[in-house]
Amino acid sequence: MALSYDDVIAKYEPVLGLEVHVELNTESKMFCSCSTTFGGEPNTQTCPVCLALPGALPVVNAKAIESTIKIGLALNCQIAPHSRFARKNYFYPDMPKNFQISQYDEPICFDGFVDVEIETDEGPKQFRIEIERVHMEEDTGKSLHVGGATGRIHGAEYSLLDYNRAGIPLVEIVTKIVPGTGKYAPEVAKAYVAELRDILRGLKVSDVKMEQGSLRCDANVSLRLIGSDVLGTRSETKNVNSLRSVERAIRGEMIRHAELLNDGKKVKQETRHFQEDTGLTRSGRSKEQAEDYRYFPEPDLVPVAPAAAWIEELRAQQPERPSLRRKRLKEQWAVPDKEMAAMINADALDIVEETVLLGADPTKARTWWLGEISRIANEKELALTELSITPKDVAAIVALVAAGELTDKLARQVVDGVIAGEGTPSEVVAKRGIKVVNDDGALMAAIEKVCAEQAETADKVRNGHVPAAGALIGAVMKETKGQADAARVRELLLGHLGQASN
Amino acid sequence: MSSLSRDEVAKLAALARIEMSEAELVNLSSQFGSILDAVARVQELNLEGVKATSHPQPMENIFREDVVQPSLTPDQALSGAPAQEEQRFRVPQILGEAE
Amino acid sequence: MIKNTAAQMSASLAKGEITSVELTKLHLDRIADVDPKVKAFLHVDGESALNQAAAVDADRASGKKLGPLAGIPLALKDVLAQQGVPTTAGSKILQGWKPPYDSTVVAKLKAAGVVILGKTNMDEFAMGSSTENSGYGPTFNPWDLTRTPGGSSGGSAAAVSAFEAPLAIGSDTGGSIRQPAALTGIVGVRPTYGAVSRYGLIAYSSSLDQAGPFGRTVLDTAMLHEVIAGHDPRDATSINAPVPAVVAAAKSGDVKGLKIGVIKQLQGDGYQSGVQARFNESLEILASLGAEIVQVDCPSFEYALAAYYLIAPSECSSNLARFDAMRYGLRTGESDGASAESVMNSTREAGFGREVKRRIILGTYALSSGYYDAYYGSAQKIRTLIIEDYKKAFTQADVLVSPTSPITAFKIGEKSEDPIAMYLADVATIPVNLAGICGMSLPAGLAEEDNLPVGFQIMAPAMQDQRLYQVGAALEAALVSKWGGHLISKAPALGGAK
Repeated sequence: MALSYDDVIAKYEPVLGLEVHVELNTESKMFCSCSTTFGGEPNTQTCPVCLALPGALPVVNAKAIESTIKIGLALNCQIAPHSRFARKNYFYPDMPKNFQISQYDEPICFDGFVDVEIETDEGPKQFRIEIERVHMEEDTGKSLHVGGATGRIHGAEYSLLDYNRAGIPLVEIVTKIVPGTGKYAPEVAKAYVAELRDILRGLKVSDVKMEQGSLRCDANVSLRLIGSDVLGTRSETKNVNSLRSVERAIRGEMIRHAELLNDGKKVKQETRHFQEDTGLTRSGRSKEQAEDYRYFPEPDLVPVAPAAAWIEELRAQQPERPSLRRKRLKEQWAVPDKEMAAMINADALDIVEETVLLGADPTKARTWWLGEISRIANEKELALTELSITPKDVAAIVALVAAGELTDKLARQVVDGVIAGEGTPSEVVAKRGIKVVNDDGALMAAIEKVCAEQAETADKVRNGHVPAAGALIGAVMKETKGQADAARVRELLLGHLGQASN
Repeated sequence: MSSLSRDEVAKLAALARIEMSEAELVNLSSQFGSILDAVARVQELNLEGVKATSHPQPMENIFREDVVQPSLTPDQALSGAPAQEEQRFRVPQILGEAE
Repeated sequence: MIKNTAAQMSASLAKGEITSVELTKLHLDRIADVDPKVKAFLHVDGESALNQAAAVDADRASGKKLGPLAGIPLALKDVLAQQGVPTTAGSKILQGWKPPYDSTVVAKLKAAGVVILGKTNMDEFAMGSSTENSGYGPTFNPWDLTRTPGGSSGGSAAAVSAFEAPLAIGSDTGGSIRQPAALTGIVGVRPTYGAVSRYGLIAYSSSLDQAGPFGRTVLDTAMLHEVIAGHDPRDATSINAPVPAVVAAAKSGDVKGLKIGVIKQLQGDGYQSGVQARFNESLEILASLGAEIVQVDCPSFEYALAAYYLIAPSECSSNLARFDAMRYGLRTGESDGASAESVMNSTREAGFGREVKRRIILGTYALSSGYYDAYYGSAQKIRTLIIEDYKKAFTQADVLVSPTSPITAFKIGEKSEDPIAMYLADVATIPVNLAGICGMSLPAGLAEEDNLPVGFQIMAPAMQDQRLYQVGAALEAALVSKWGGHLISKAPALGGAK
């Protein structure tokens, strides 16, 4: 029978385990010199090594090691003085060697933690997620299933393989089991993945784009009766590809498990696949016959033994922790809670900070990025960073407005121009001939013309009905193609009609 | 005397993705007793405290710089393919899910 | 001319007495004459060899400075990838595969102007000691065509022994260069692990494999060694150090004051009497040249064969997983509705030979959960003990010696039904591979009981390969003067000699 989430948490305690795979943003692959650029034509980024041609040998990418150590340090891990690669043996057509070079009993980083904070009924509460290990491995190729109704693997007649992604460096971050989150399990998991994403972005080691698969989460969920210390059977939900899905998948699995347990059935230990459309998971490969991966030390690679001095150097270069940074910026910029949340949700923190560092007023910088520019980005379905406008451009626009050379309205035209690729703000100003009309003579001519055309309204103002001036000011602005400073127009107009401007 | 049953050989053959005839399974199973006896000699010595050697030379930290080099052309990459379509390797239907 | 040494051919080319094209043609003719009997080659690429030779001749004519082996023909074991040339590792599963790239060894050979005549036969994926495990039929020993040339580099050894090429490349995982060199009466060297790049060498057992040279003399072998050795950034296990001065050592050949250690465990029971006799005779010669002979004890060598037959199959079970009918090579069983998995299963069944399957299954077993520690784990520890035995022995002696093979060339079919008996053929060569050091086999004469060649094995510490050549050259010079010529000149004519 269908249970509500409240029914589930009244009886059971969820235990989580999260495995996050991160594609590193190195230029070349993990074990060969092929490019890692996303979206290339099929099989254009392959070589004897990543195609596993007979005789080819892997060589480790130094940058990938450095990035992994940086990640380990940011997750408060120990860095192993000596670690090794191992072969994980299993056959699968998108894995050319039919083994994956990974790490087994000697991962490069181990025993760390990440603290996350979520809103609870009792206010903000911190949860500590303990990290078991961070290790290096390689990605697989991509298969395209042809025939059958859905393009899915089941019912396909054959498959087409592209190995451009085979051998992209992957880092796997594995938590220890996470008990004690109770009804907040889905939120804690989401907050953990979000925190990881921010940490990785801060380290500049990955693009962390969940929608492109450069950050993927596998969620292990099991339930136990409240008060029991016996772990339940877990299911493993694979490749959950957005923060929202992490939350939905875990909530869904908790309900599914509880329904099975309440009906006296057993939870099967298996891999499940999250369905974005329904928010449910479906059964994948059963793990009853556990694969025997026959791990053994990779004989083609020698051990990794990072020097202590190097580790300390990398530790010294660690960027500020995202949670501390958010706190600091909020105070420095005096941002209200709601605005801060909006900025974080819009992934605009970096870009706003960069703009502020280039001299822009924090409130102005935030308003531009979250207002006009976000609106255009939404229209174009692009991320802020994908637009051609840069923090430098925005800082320049803010400066032009502050100097009185642009009005806010004109500045919007400049933003449009920069995004349209017309050049820097000053180039757009020059090309479009945008400038504030501050020649009083020209303004007076426009004012006189408007007052003559709208004599009736002008008389009202003359007779002391100042609010009527709005229509005239609007007409003057239109007459001057918006290039006039509205405040100056008002001043001159009221003077012209014999009214004090204040 | 060590031994490996026909069923054990069949399980290993499945793990190693080799389809074996009944005769082959039985034959291998009959040979494995003496082979396992021969290799099981490694267990005769007391190896407690002995380190395992997986690399004959004591080397560590061999890396390459993160620099892109030219890949094969797609024609070269696909030159050995038993079947291809749309610049991809064409393979029979894949039954199981990936890892 | 084809019976000359590579060093003599090199001199003739330099003096303009012969061109590389002429030299290459002579060898192609010899191959056409005798290879139908010997079956050393899987693929002969005459046109491409003549083009390479012509290019070297042109370079020489234009006054370009050439290396000593420029224009000299060579036979290449089919385990090394050569761009555009069929490369099968002796397996049906790779029939017709043409690599889109050159192995580092081939690239170095080409850069040195060496003329590659073709690809030689071998035990499938280098698994075997007789070349009978080739997917394409056996190679026959030029000394007695009813016998095997040893293996796995039997094709390369037979080609050099039958004067089809003055030089050849082999690979040695458990003795696959030294043992066939011994059985065919020529010189073969397994360099230090990491001295010659493994990039493009089709892997059997990654931590044991090493390519190396064959020649009819110690000096010829040294010249080829220098061409193929050296650091390669594409092989993470390649040693970044200067190549030992092996040619200089081969030219000096002085053993005065050198300590030569005889390994107690690698003689006696199981060693044919004629093999033991020739070995003892060589020791006396070395002593007479001023070397000091000492006895050394390497107790863990008793377990070397067992450790080898766990480590090599384990690694091969993983290395050979890539042969799955998806990207290259054989594909069978593709009936309507067949899955990728069933096509893999049936292709691997059809494409791999008996011995390869046996080792894959053994390796799969040794690595599987529950058995790893008892088998693979223990074997890796034995490996440590063997390394320690060698370390200790090398404090007592500069080089160590033993017979290369306990027996001379055996009959085709004699051991092919008994895997354990076949495995014993490598008992004296395997310890070198497990320790990653270097070893040479050179001819020590013929066994009295069967008139077949006997090999004398010299072993030296890692990256001390020059010691092999120093001792080998001294012994060779003494033996040649005793015999009045190289042993190989006593080989039968095969009826096709010109």
